[in-house]
Amino acid sequence: MQPQDEIVPRNVTVAPLMWQGVRAAMPIVLGYLPLGFAYGVLAREAGFNLWETVLMSVLLYAGSGQFIAVSMFSSGMAAAAIIFTVFLVNLRHLLFSASLVPHLRRFRPGALALLAAEITDETFAVAINHYSDHEASLPYHFSLNLAAHFSWVLASLLGGLAGNLMGDPARFGFNFALPAMFIILLVMQLKDKKTLIVAALAALFSVVFALLWPGSWNIILATVIAATLGVFLEPWTSKF
Amino acid sequence: MDKQILIIILGTAVVTYLPRMLPLVVLSRVRLPEVFLRWLSYVPAAVLAALLAPGLLLPDGKLSLAANPYLLAAIPTGFVALKTRSMALTILTGMVAMVLIQR
Repeated sequence: MQPQDEIVPRNVTVAPLMWQGVRAAMPIVLGYLPLGFAYGVLAREAGFNLWETVLMSVLLYAGSGQFIAVSMFSSGMAAAAIIFTVFLVNLRHLLFSASLVPHLRRFRPGALALLAAEITDETFAVAINHYSDHEASLPYHFSLNLAAHFSWVLASLLGGLAGNLMGDPARFGFNFALPAMFIILLVMQLKDKKTLIVAALAALFSVVFALLWPGSWNIILATVIAATLGVFLEPWTSKF
Repeated sequence: MDKQILIIILGTAVVTYLPRMLPLVVLSRVRLPEVFLRWLSYVPAAVLAALLAPGLLLPDGKLSLAANPYLLAAIPTGFVALKTRSMALTILTGMVAMVLIQR
């Protein structure tokens, strides 16, 4: 192969991967726009100014965490209590980050440290699903992350500007965009009986724990218990 | 900017970033035991089910099995997901179903 040929395929392969990442982010964007908008409205009502509203979406970038933070702030809670609660709520990201390790371990730590800043429930779910039958790729992952994050920041800005002008986004079915995305991602993950059983256990535990304790402990607890049971039940489940 | 709000934004950002970053950066430097990798292979399906189930069954924080628009919308959505395996079609089905159910 001639030297100049090596440059061309390189340029050709990165752009489609980035485009693939942006396209993969579209369902997330659809869900983030109304949600981020709602956050923007709530943050302004809680007493944040426009820049604080947007800055939180840039730096924290965690839907449930942001809703909890602004509602705790508006009810006069101390900063330390707010920070600790958000920490607990977002601890589940430990699991996402750990399960990306087998796919991303060959990349440089600096790149991974940057990529990790934009791990959310949704970007993780889309990426891990993609990696179950594609090779991991930083251009894909970064463009997926950035497109999702950009839509979140934009939606927060619009929500912060518009306040209460818009009606309920549920009227347009946006409230089912993220559940529908989780449904298709889950269906694509169910490759054998073993994962089906683990998923059913996780769903059951998650619902029971959510009823017992408010907050998002149910997600991390249910995931850890169901995945652990999955490993222990393997001698039995592999007989099916 | 309000100092209290700035502390909240920076503090929550740091405590959210560390759990997102540390496993990916630290664990990718070490060799993971085989049983841990098997455990990790169950995490995606488990976490998706754990995220999805309360959203469908507990729309307002309470168990709701009858006249629950989320549960109703999940039926055609799940059917389309299983049949087509298409993300766009599944989400479109879900949103249209939700609009029709909520009318």
